[in-house]
Amino acid sequence: MSGEVTPAWKHLLEVEHLEVRFFTRRGEAQAVRDVSFTIDRGETLGLVGESGSGKSVTSLAVLGLIQLPGKITGGDVRWKGRSLLGQGGERYARSIRGKELAVVFQDPMTSLNPLFPIGTQIGEVLRYHMGMSKSQARTRTLELLDLVGISNPAQRIHQYPHEFSGGMRQRMLIAMALACEPELLIADEPTTALDVTIQAQILELLAELQERLEVAVLLISHDLGVVAQVCHRIAVMYAGKIVESGPAEEVFPRPGHPYTMGLMRSTPRLDLIQARLVGIDGAPPDLVRPPAGCPFHPRCPLAVEECLEEMPPLEAHGGGREVACWRAFTEAVGAEPGAGSTRG
Amino acid sequence: MSLPSPHEVEEAQREEVLTSGRPYEVLRALRGSLRELVRDKAGLFGVLVVLALVFVAIFAPWLAPHDPSRQSLSDRLVPPFWESGGSFTHVLGTDNLGRDVLSRIIYGARVSLLVGLSVVLLAGVVGTTLGLISGYRGGRVDAWIMGAVDTQVAFPGLLLALVILSVVSPSATSIIIVLALNGWMVYARMARGVVLSVKEMPYVEAAEIVGCRPRRVVARHILPNLASPLLTLAILEFARIVLAEAALSFLGLGIQPPQVSWGLMVAEGRAYIFRAWWLVTFPGAAIAITVLGINLLASWLRVAADPQEREKRFAATARTGSVA
Amino acid sequence: MPSLKLSERSPERDRRGAEPLLIVRGLTVRFPVGRAGFWGNRRLFVHAVDDVSFEIFRGETLGLVGETGSGKTTTGRAILRRVPIAAGTITFKGNDITHVDGDNLRHLRRDMQLVFQDPYASLNPRMKVLDLVGEPLVVHGVVRRIREARDRVRELLELVGLPADAVDRYPHAFSGGQRQRIGIARALALEPDFIVCDEPVSALDVSIRAQVVNLLQNLQDRLGLTYLFIAHDLSVVRHISHRIAVMYAGKVVEIADRDEIYENPKHPYTQALLSAVPIPDPALQRTRRRQILRGEIPNPVDPPPGCRFHTRCPIAEDRCRTDPPPLEPKRPEHLAACWLT
Repeated sequence: MSGEVTPAWKHLLEVEHLEVRFFTRRGEAQAVRDVSFTIDRGETLGLVGESGSGKSVTSLAVLGLIQLPGKITGGDVRWKGRSLLGQGGERYARSIRGKELAVVFQDPMTSLNPLFPIGTQIGEVLRYHMGMSKSQARTRTLELLDLVGISNPAQRIHQYPHEFSGGMRQRMLIAMALACEPELLIADEPTTALDVTIQAQILELLAELQERLEVAVLLISHDLGVVAQVCHRIAVMYAGKIVESGPAEEVFPRPGHPYTMGLMRSTPRLDLIQARLVGIDGAPPDLVRPPAGCPFHPRCPLAVEECLEEMPPLEAHGGGREVACWRAFTEAVGAEPGAGSTRG
Repeated sequence: MSLPSPHEVEEAQREEVLTSGRPYEVLRALRGSLRELVRDKAGLFGVLVVLALVFVAIFAPWLAPHDPSRQSLSDRLVPPFWESGGSFTHVLGTDNLGRDVLSRIIYGARVSLLVGLSVVLLAGVVGTTLGLISGYRGGRVDAWIMGAVDTQVAFPGLLLALVILSVVSPSATSIIIVLALNGWMVYARMARGVVLSVKEMPYVEAAEIVGCRPRRVVARHILPNLASPLLTLAILEFARIVLAEAALSFLGLGIQPPQVSWGLMVAEGRAYIFRAWWLVTFPGAAIAITVLGINLLASWLRVAADPQEREKRFAATARTGSVA
Repeated sequence: MPSLKLSERSPERDRRGAEPLLIVRGLTVRFPVGRAGFWGNRRLFVHAVDDVSFEIFRGETLGLVGETGSGKTTTGRAILRRVPIAAGTITFKGNDITHVDGDNLRHLRRDMQLVFQDPYASLNPRMKVLDLVGEPLVVHGVVRRIREARDRVRELLELVGLPADAVDRYPHAFSGGQRQRIGIARALALEPDFIVCDEPVSALDVSIRAQVVNLLQNLQDRLGLTYLFIAHDLSVVRHISHRIAVMYAGKVVEIADRDEIYENPKHPYTQALLSAVPIPDPALQRTRRRQILRGEIPNPVDPPPGCRFHTRCPIAEDRCRTDPPPLEPKRPEHLAACWLT
């Protein structure tokens, strides 16, 4: 592939029919099955799902961080038209990681090296990727810390990670991620480990930065509320597949897939009076032996025969919306699972 | 959840048994690991060596062609059968007193096994108990016990052996006591380490909140976590003891004639090393192979008993799909 | 916001007897963390819980909400007598249990139990469900051998919605939600009066949380249980609580009936906490008036003087920086610790 003139690319990030499997002694677990999506400049996409949905594995695959026992077994991931997989792809991936494509992970405690002051850590990124000198890096570091809302940056750059709280550390990670002015920021559950008032701060910061710097964001979360604040579009994942996607402003008020509906209902809302907390019966499926047909059917209040036999494809439903369900947009009547159920 | 296959059920049951810590069930489950063992050549070698050692030690009287202490002045320094002057009467030759080398090696296995097991048991029980108490009680008890450990670790083992053995006459018993005195600390430290980490686990707290007395908490909830690391440590220590006993016997501080020990054989054969190489080589080889085999066994056991390690191994060798 | 009173919960108010089941007065818990000063003469403490008081009546649920460093978890552990109490008293069923230990404490365990946060780590992986749920019965002499407990364990499993054949299986065969049910069954084994639920759904998937919360609620109605339900935000406790107490930096800053807290929060921290919970509605989320707190949670070793919240409070005044406000009634049955409301 090298030496060829790359044609003008359409999307910043393109994931096409991605397939990731984990090889365990119990069998092959299909963590990600036929996942496709795109992200363009300045767009925000929220990838929503619970445990076993495959959302984190997808982001790791995009970053090229899948290791044994996992392996990418199908599909392609392209950045600006060039594949990130394979021998040549891996080299390309290494060159853009940290620079054009940046990541913020869930746990700020373990993502920072406890042995170095944070000024050094941020500076390292700048000097390695942008070739800045020490003093240039320092100036830029101060700028970045200010950008993410850390007070007294001149004093702070000499301090060590353990001297900061969780929220501040997460801000620093965001600063590090933004250091080289990336075009896409992948945030994998960036606020899950934080207190709720701190989470509100960080989400506000992310939304602000996204607007100001026009950076695209891939936000991965299990919390619909978090995604609602930052993302223009959302994709809901279940058992390794995308079951629904579309503009956030459309999907939230009118979800098309029964799982999305169930997820919305399970998320407690403080602005509404809910008579009783509603969940989804059952438990996520075993990825080694997923159910035949639609993976959600054992838990779906709308399941019919077709659902057990054939896997519904992602179909367009207008307005940029896609749903993978034979009975999309059907309202579930009286679907209120009892708490004494034997499943889950 | 969809129904698992019979193979999966069996696998899952095996996993459960391996983590349950009940001895006879663990052995039964390990049988299933036999398939994996055959594939792992190094581990197989280790197991075979240890089995051979045990077999030879138990059946020595039937296996040894001659009485190991029978001297025969007419058959002194006979070489092994493939050399000129050798014969099948003494397959591995004889020493300077006409004693059959092969028989002596066979009986020497007995001593190695006996001393090894005794020391491991004595040091293991004492050390583990102290470590358990130290870790669970904490505070001053912990400080004192660990102080004793640190002190004894700092004390040179050989010096201690010399001091004790100069007072007490050397014999199998005294060597066992000396080696145990030198060896209990490592068990104490390990046990304490495991206790400290397990103590903080929510399920231990749950046991305490449910109302379990400390003794029950330690026995039922903390102790089982000790089984696997303890086994590995004991096996490695066994190897070390075999070597230590050989060294002490070589120095004349251990097994005394007419008893046989590999170390003693090497000591006695030292003077004849150029005239009769077989006197030193065969016991030396016996020591080396035994220690190597034990280490390989311990290595295999560590992986076999730990489900996570097996998983890693599997993934590394699995035939995976194409692409990327 | 429609002011619909949730009728499912109000009859409980009448069910309350005169005497509270649990009375906590002036509870203070400190942990030593080292020494300061050149000669190491100054002892440093983490002030985890500072002068906390509240009551819980039989059959009700008190939701205890707070973020990191609020002291909510320590309060729960103190009530269960798992940590030493530096000051204050705890009265349970009319008895002072503040300094109970030894066999008396073990006896107390029959009446007070705990549901843990982590369903994966709170069940011993080497024990079968029968052993896990039956252990309390053996330990307290209700049965002599574990196999005599089999029937009772089956009953308990049915109570929490698990199949009877689960008795012979190991925890790893179950999902997170199911494991949490096992933990609840274990807590119920001795028929306790009072259960501390320590963030029981935080580690579970969103869609599973409702199952467990509804289960706890049903059990409360069926068995007349009393709960202290600890949580880190106000969205989870809403349905199960009758009253809610909000903690910040070791102190209770507000305590009131459930509906009151959500409709009429008096303390600025409670208001911020309510405002911080994200709403799954993009249009609303982006336009609503949010109260985003600045700053960080204070250092528990050296908390700020006066009102501990003043460093982050949007309406703090001079008085707040010097005088700690008392927890006093602002409306009937509604207490808050603030000078300005």
